[in-house]
Amino acid sequence: MQIEVTINNKKTTLEIEKDELLADTLRANGWLSIRKGCDSSSCGLCTVWMDGKPVLSCSVFSFRAHGKSITTIEGVRGEAGELARFLAAEGADQCGFCSPGLLMTVLAMKRELPDPTEETIKHYLTGNLCRCTGYIGQLRAIKKYLGVA
Amino acid sequence: MNKSGLTLGRVVQPDTIEEAYQALTEHKDSAVLGGCAFLLLGSRKIGTAVDLSRLNLDYIKEQDEHIEIGAMATFRDVETSPVLQAYFSGVLPGAAGCVMGVQFRNIVTVGATVYSKYGFSDLITPLMALDAEVELFKGGRMPLAGFMEQPAARDILTRVFIKKSPMKAAYQNLRNSATDYPILNVAVSLLHNRWRVVVGARPQRAQIAPLASEALSRGTPNLESVDRAAGLAAEELPFGNNNRGSAEYRKAMCKVLIKRAVTEVLECK
Repeated sequence: MQIEVTINNKKTTLEIEKDELLADTLRANGWLSIRKGCDSSSCGLCTVWMDGKPVLSCSVFSFRAHGKSITTIEGVRGEAGELARFLAAEGADQCGFCSPGLLMTVLAMKRELPDPTEETIKHYLTGNLCRCTGYIGQLRAIKKYLGVA
Repeated sequence: MNKSGLTLGRVVQPDTIEEAYQALTEHKDSAVLGGCAFLLLGSRKIGTAVDLSRLNLDYIKEQDEHIEIGAMATFRDVETSPVLQAYFSGVLPGAAGCVMGVQFRNIVTVGATVYSKYGFSDLITPLMALDAEVELFKGGRMPLAGFMEQPAARDILTRVFIKKSPMKAAYQNLRNSATDYPILNVAVSLLHNRWRVVVGARPQRAQIAPLASEALSRGTPNLESVDRAAGLAAEELPFGNNNRGSAEYRKAMCKVLIKRAVTEVLECK
């Protein structure tokens, strides 16, 4: 089946299988920032935005992206680069496998929560797992990036 | 086939609920697609997948008498709804917010969770405490508590209704980690001196604890009567074992969660 979808502000028509998942479709079409970590909707590595909302692309059927706008980290390169520098400065970026999903979630949070606190940041990021760096450095970096005391 | 092992033979995206119901009942191997998160964890062949995305059921509306939640409203919609935050001590946004991460809650839907009667549901337990009603396309409107007891039937849940009132409520849950299913959860509500105690993840589906609810409703609860009611709930409800906890553990923790939830309601302004 075919879907028409806007990926990173570019309208495109994609040929998909009926039961294909968005993470696989995006990767197959060159958006290689999408990582698959768990296949059980629990790690947050595959986070993209669908119409501006962060979703797990491993748990969304591709046909549901028809008519929607999808943003991957390639679509917010400048902003993501700035956030990545904060993470690097705090030693919070080790293997980097979870970074695209984490960055997409933090940038979504920045848009959604006007005045986050440490607690709301932690709650918002519950669904992003990291298995090497740990979370304290990430939290430190994100708080600095967002200007949270 | 995707890697999850879930295969879809045909996908239909009806524009009306009538068409959706027809597609669902035409073939034995058809199924309704809600948020699909739990469905994707299993291995299953669905002949006709009926997608409800085009039915405009993704809303939460405040009506004169009720709050109405469309079946395709997501958990994140519930969590961030100003209407639901303003009613029932914000118990529904709080409960919805316990589920996994934001990205997950932007996918999973109220209708799929309630229709599937998941024992681990964080939402069914408080909805039962709020005496919510559900509307099924064929089965009509009925109390959620009654729906939970009905045998499975091929139908489509379209809306959930909660009567507006000054009801106070609280939700407590116990989980191994923030992104796991609850081992046990409890919701209690209070309206005009009537208490309702509901316990879910036993690990079977949520149930009202009638004796505990009745005991709490007799007079103003104090430490002793809350303790007694919690004990009654632990005795009157059956608990089971699974890999998250034993029946014995659930029974013991049920008392703790009920006491915490009742205390929380008593402290609600």
